[in-house]
Formats: sequence, C-alpha cells, structure tokens
Amino acid sequence: MASSTAIGGHQDNFAATLRTDRWWLGPTLTAAGLIAFFGYLTIRVFYAQYVWADPYMSPVVSPPLFTPAAGYKGAVPVNHAWLGAFPAWWPSFLPKSPGFFFPVLAIMFRATCYYYRKAYYRAFAATPPACGVRGVPLKYRGETALLIFQNLHRYALYGALFLLVFLWWDGFAAFFKNGKFGFGVGTFLLLGNAFLLSCYTFGCHSWRHLIGGKLDCFSCDAQSRARLGVWKKSSWLNARHMQFAWFSLAWVALTDLYISLVSMGAIKDLNTW
Amino acid sequence: MAERTFRIWRGNKDGGEFVEYKIDVGPGWVVLDCIHRIQMQHATDLACRWNCKAGKCGSCSMEINGKPRLGCMTRMNSLPDGPITIQPLKTFPLVKDLVTDVKWNYEQNKRIPPFKPKARNADGTHRMMQEDVDRVQEFRKCIECFLCQDVCHVLRDHKAHDQFVGPRFMIRLASLEMHPLDTEDRVEKMRKEFGTGWCNITRCCTEVCPEHIGITDNGIIPMKERVVDRYFDPIAWFLGKVFGKK
Ligand code: SF4
Ligand code: SF4
Ligand code: FES
Ligand code: FES
Repeated sequence: MASSTAIGGHQDNFAATLRTDRWWLGPTLTAAGLIAFFGYLTIRVFYAQYVWADPYMSPVVSPPLFTPAAGYKGAVPVNHAWLGAFPAWWPSFLPKSPGFFFPVLAIMFRATCYYYRKAYYRAFAATPPACGVRGVPLKYRGETALLIFQNLHRYALYGALFLLVFLWWDGFAAFFKNGKFGFGVGTFLLLGNAFLLSCYTFGCHSWRHLIGGKLDCFSCDAQSRARLGVWKKSSWLNARHMQFAWFSLAWVALTDLYISLVSMGAIKDLNTW
Repeated sequence: MAERTFRIWRGNKDGGEFVEYKIDVGPGWVVLDCIHRIQMQHATDLACRWNCKAGKCGSCSMEINGKPRLGCMTRMNSLPDGPITIQPLKTFPLVKDLVTDVKWNYEQNKRIPPFKPKARNADGTHRMMQEDVDRVQEFRKCIECFLCQDVCHVLRDHKAHDQFVGPRFMIRLASLEMHPLDTEDRVEKMRKEFGTGWCNITRCCTEVCPEHIGITDNGIIPMKERVVDRYFDPIAWFLGKVFGKK
C-alpha cells in the first residue's frame, strides 16, 4: 500500500506524473528535430557559401537583396541580387550573407506559428512538457506578458506571403539555364519547396481567420460565400499544419543541401541541359 | 478472466493514500466496470461519480495511469500490463476518493454573456444555414466531462482559475461568438476577463477531449485571432491613434 501526502496523489514537483507511457518521447524528438533543422539552416545562413548552382538558388538566401561580389565560393551572381553587391559599409565582422534579409521573414513566420509555439513551449519551455505532466514550477503568465508579441503572427504571415512569390519564382526560374529550357533534380526540389511552403502558409491559423474564419455568417452575401470555399480549403490544410510544418522545413534543408553539394562539385545534377 | 491490480487513491481534502485492490477482469470490461467490481467485492464506500456508462454524461472523469479520461470509455485491454493507477481530477477540490467538486465550471458558465439573437425575420422566424452553424455544432458535442479543464496546465498546475475560464468555456465562447444569429460582443471580455492570452496553445485539452472536439484549432485559436483583430493589429492601432478612435 503506497501512501501519499499529496491530495489525490498528485505531486507538484517538476515533471511529476503517474503516466506510464513514454510521454518524454514526443518533446525529445521535437527538440531534436528543431535543433537539427534550425541549427543546420542557421549555420548555412552564416556560412553563406555554395548557395548557387546555376540555375538553382538556395532558399536559404532567396530572394537575395545583396550578394558578396568576391571571396565567397558558390555565391549568387551579382546580377541576380536585387541591389547588387554588398555595400562597403557592411560591418566586417558579419558574414556577407543574403540570408540576413528576406529569408528572416520565414524564421519570424515559423517562430510565431501556432504549431511551432506548441512545439517549443512543450519541448524547450516545458510549459508543460507533456499532458498531465507537471511543467516548470515558475511563475506563468501565458502569452499575456513577455510573450504578448506572439499576437503579431499575422504580420509574419504577410512577410511569408511576400516571400512565397519569390520562392515560386525561383522554382520556375530553375527551368531555364542560360535562356535554354530544361529541368533537373534541382528544379523539382525548388518547385517542391514552393509547393510545401504554400501548403504550410495557406494552412496558417491567421490566414484561415483572415480569409473567412472571422465571419459569423458565411451564407449572408456572395463575397462571404466565396470566402467559405477558401476557408474550407484552408481548414483542410490547417488540420495538417503540423505535418506541413515539418515536411516543408525538412524540404528547405534538403533543397539547400542538394544545391550546396552540386555547387561544391561533390555531386552532379541530373538534368536535361 | 485475468487478475489485475488497481491502485486507487482513497481519501478526502485532508489527506489519503493509494490503496491496492486485485480483481478478476472479464473480456470487454472498461475501467468503470472494474471500479464497480471493487465496490462490490472490496470497498463498498469507494466514492466514484458515474451515470450513463456510455461516454455521454461526462460524470466518470478520472485520471487513469496519469491521464485524464472517462472511466466508462477506457477499455481494460487498451491499458498496458502492470498495476493501474486511478486518481481523482487534480484541478478541482476533492470531495472523496474519485469525486471532485466541479462547481467552479458552472460558475464560469454564468459569467459568459448569454446568446442575444438578432430580430426575427418578417415572417416571424429565425433562419440560418447549415454551413453557418457547422462550426458551432462541433462545440455543441461537449458533454461537460471537464477533462480538458483538468488537463489544462493553466488551471491544473498554475491554479490561474481567476484569470482563465479554461478550454471548455473558450469553446462555449467560440460557439456564441461564431453564431450567425448572435449579436452580443464578447471580445473585450475574452481578453480581459476570460483570459485568451493565458492559453499557450499546447493542445492538451484537444488531446484528452472524448468528443474529439478541435478545442484549440477550431475554438481557442480563432478566438485569439478575434482578440488580435481588436487589440494587436498594429495597422488598426495606428489608424486608431491617428484618427483618435478607440
Ligand atoms: S491549449 Fe490552452 S486551453 Fe488547451 S490545455 Fe493547453 S493551455 Fe489549456
Ligand atoms: S470540450 Fe471535450 S473535454 Fe472539454 S468538457 Fe467538453 S467534452 Fe469534455
Ligand atoms: S504559420 Fe502556423 S499558424 Fe500561422
Ligand atoms: S458514465 Fe457517463 S460518461 Fe462515463
């Protein structure tokens, strides 16, 4: 007969639970996945070499505002950057990475995403680590205090929609090498990247709200009826938002890895050119 | 019949302990069957609330092997071998053994401004289309078992009962706010009194809901977004400052 002083047998110390399943597996895998993918992408942004293998541009630097004119192997050609080469005032302690500009929008989008919030609140903040498992016994204010900025997620969405246009552009641009039509494995990867990011973006909770969820009556006028159709499609994607979050994240990393390997000459791109 | 061991928490608000019981379990039994057998064979005074034994009344909420679940919907053959731990809900005050006092929930419900319908149509009716109430009907499946309230760490661990009404009442609010005929505005209260910001969307409520209601995705997040519309949209805020609107 086990005795317990805690009422109901509920202990209140960190990670206390009477769950018998492997509740720690989910947060552990999540933490490992987040560290692996975001770690890889962060390193790539700072490294900033081998991001271009004509006609493929890595999503890690796209769209490039500036590009290093020299000193970076496999950099995006200067005529492909919006404003050309990095300006002279660029601080020397910072790598000349085009990834510091527009691609940051994608990080902001994912960092404030309702799904990723769940993932890192559980895996890193342990508030709570798993259901029915006692979280960190620190003062908790939810998203009312320090984390109130999470409410700006829809602005990150606008940034992501802007970015998406250029990622599709990169996919279609990958059909043309020196003006000649063709395609290669990289074309497929870049189009897949834009596709998966579209599935992720259009399943976003903020998008789903703005596009139709905010209405109380879908049948009241023609415009609302049209929005119902879009809302339903967004709801379908939204129900799979976690899956698309991971798939699209892994695909970005895979696309970048492939382009960097081709750029280094480590592998040969299979293509029609 | 196979013998199984149960560790059931026995006691009241002043204290208690886990007590072990062994019974023979028949095929197809659910946890509530086992509790009834224990009451019959070993402990006639074991307190447990139940009613329908069909997963519809929401009375038999308890924590089985650390997870908030309905006793009548948890099949014995779905549980791993070894002793089975049964506890009362953590979030609400204990009455006795497995029975907790859930009246706080009914008090929350009373705080929510009720349905305020539009005027009737000229023919004296209220009319609404199915597609406008699909969302609301999902929330109407709620059986008020309060498992979501129990698992929600805001209430369970942080005891923020004064700040947050909990997931069950977030979907109650959503069902009213999304209703095509309702005219009441609860957005300000949702933020300031009912605590949308306290939920950190970690989704445990959705995981435990026996009715599989998309509490977080379809209820709480849409309400958070409506709060954002009013309070956190910098463009709206800026325009308000410039034109002096609230
Ligand atoms: S998602 Fe929100 S309401 Fe649901 S259990 Fe988590 S914190 Fe509570
Ligand atoms: S929402 Fe689900 S878990 Fe919560 S009280 Fe209703 S039926 Fe129970
Ligand atoms: S991107 Fe995940 S909710 Fe917006
Ligand atoms: S007894 Fe009614 S829900 Fe379990």
